[in-house]
Amino acid sequence: MRSAFAIALVLAVLLPLPWLVHSDFWTNLVIMALYYGFLGQAWNLLGGYGGQFSFGHAAFFGTGAYASAVLQVSLGLNPWLCLALAAAAGALTGALIGALSFRYGLRGSYFALVTLAFAEVFRILADSLGFTGAGVGILIPLKESAANFQFASKAGFYLVILALNALGLACAWWIENSRFGARLLALRENEDAARALGVDVFRTKLAAITLSGALTALGGSFYAQYFLYIDPAIAYGPGVSVEALLVPIVGGLGTLFGPLLGAAALQLLNQLASAAMGEAPGLNLVLYGAVLVLMIMFMPQGLFGLARLSSRRLAGRAG
Amino acid sequence: MVELDILLPALLNGIMTGAVYALVALGLTLIYGVLHIINFAHGSLLMLALYGVYFLYTLLGIDPYLAFPIAVPAFFALGYGLQRSVIGYCGRGKDENILLVTLGLSLVIENLALYFWSADTRTISTSYSFATVDLGVAVIAVPRLVAFAGALVVAGFLWLLIHRTDLGKAIRALAKERQGAQLVGINVEHVFAMSFGIGIASLGAAACLLLPSYYANPGIGRSFVLIAFTIVVLGGMGSFAGALVGGLIIGVTESLGGLFLGESLGQLGIFLIFIAILLFRPTGLFGARPLSRP
Repeated sequence: MRSAFAIALVLAVLLPLPWLVHSDFWTNLVIMALYYGFLGQAWNLLGGYGGQFSFGHAAFFGTGAYASAVLQVSLGLNPWLCLALAAAAGALTGALIGALSFRYGLRGSYFALVTLAFAEVFRILADSLGFTGAGVGILIPLKESAANFQFASKAGFYLVILALNALGLACAWWIENSRFGARLLALRENEDAARALGVDVFRTKLAAITLSGALTALGGSFYAQYFLYIDPAIAYGPGVSVEALLVPIVGGLGTLFGPLLGAAALQLLNQLASAAMGEAPGLNLVLYGAVLVLMIMFMPQGLFGLARLSSRRLAGRAG
Repeated sequence: MVELDILLPALLNGIMTGAVYALVALGLTLIYGVLHIINFAHGSLLMLALYGVYFLYTLLGIDPYLAFPIAVPAFFALGYGLQRSVIGYCGRGKDENILLVTLGLSLVIENLALYFWSADTRTISTSYSFATVDLGVAVIAVPRLVAFAGALVVAGFLWLLIHRTDLGKAIRALAKERQGAQLVGINVEHVFAMSFGIGIASLGAAACLLLPSYYANPGIGRSFVLIAFTIVVLGGMGSFAGALVGGLIIGVTESLGGLFLGESLGQLGIFLIFIAILLFRPTGLFGARPLSRP
């Protein structure tokens, strides 16, 4: 129950933020941190709690982004409805990729590579097919109104991404406190042992990737509404896949607040770097790569694990 | 029906490209076969090698084909060092960790290249860049023919190295049974690093062969890395013959796919093959070993 209170507390503290900072620059920064935190949480559900490392979460992200952009531009659907449909499309994509990969028992690196290949297939399709706008991408026409999911002030977007984070945290909390989550954690620790104990490994993994796909697609839909433009490289390119996995690895795999912490840390690092060295193409990815290598080498538990370790050490010293 | 005089050159071109793909994949398959790790940074290291050969030519005037004795040892040293420091340090724990570390390395290498050398595509023009030779059925650029022959020679050399030398014997022993190899006195860390070094050195060779008919830009590794994985998986992880045949198949697939479906959709075939092989025949065409380690 304590972790549920922690979630409520964190959300309550974050809620009034845009009305306290009065700055579009800082609000945007926090929105981006929350957005990466949400993507990271979506990845974390499958990768952190389930131990299935996907290198191709762009497949879900892009599907969500394209679903909501295509449906509202071509069919004139309401963007809020598109948000829901994007989640459904993401869930469907997740179920499809999961059913194929897990049915044939792909694990570890092979699962990672096959998800990457799926994302690339989607990227090429989006690049070649007509209804996605091909290489030109899709521009969502500006029509500012809350009913149209285009807010005049950044505070509106802030509330949406905060609500999405609440959803992501709720899912993670559910995994930590449900029988389903227990099965997922069991198969992460030892798949063969879990199967021997009667865990339906295939269905558990399938449920996890479906959920993760749906949430990631929500992130894609949010991205499309926030920036009003997507193209195949943004939606299905490797950038999103890397960011989605980096955030929870930095923050702490399979932890409730790890993705948010990781996203905040990476945003901070990004700002510091561009303040120190100026804007340069690729510089943030150099940092991300270096952080990824260093985290795996020296701090595989992530920032959250480090915090837990040191608090335990302090407690041990006191006792 | 497509005319034969379009089909045959496309086929031939595919075979030429395929041999170079195979050369890139050979290093990857060697590293996988011995160390059981998937080197995600393979493509970006190839990119680095291409830039190396490019700068040797533009700054020092060394012909790419003559850059062999520089590029190969340099990249061997780079690979040896990488394995001994970063990659070896992460141990042989969860194999995803190695994948993540090499992914991180590739991000660093690729984007440093973007930072220092900009996104411009660079080519070199040598006296033989535009020379062609008429093979009867098709006209082929000389540099591509050289790359094809060179790839076969390097592959043969690698085969000799693995099957006819003491080092090769140690590498094969290690690939089969790590503990046993250690017990008979093989220096495991050293041989691991040697294998990684040889795998990366073959990228140096590939770059020398590729550059005259190809180009260098920071993103080029990304297009190679999935193709190389596809070849390795197709041919069977760790199999040399598999990598050669796989390379040729992928080269031809890409070339024919491009002919029938257009440039961007043509690439689709490669990824679909990759997914299908991983799902339905994970041991590949020539691999006998099951995918998951015993």
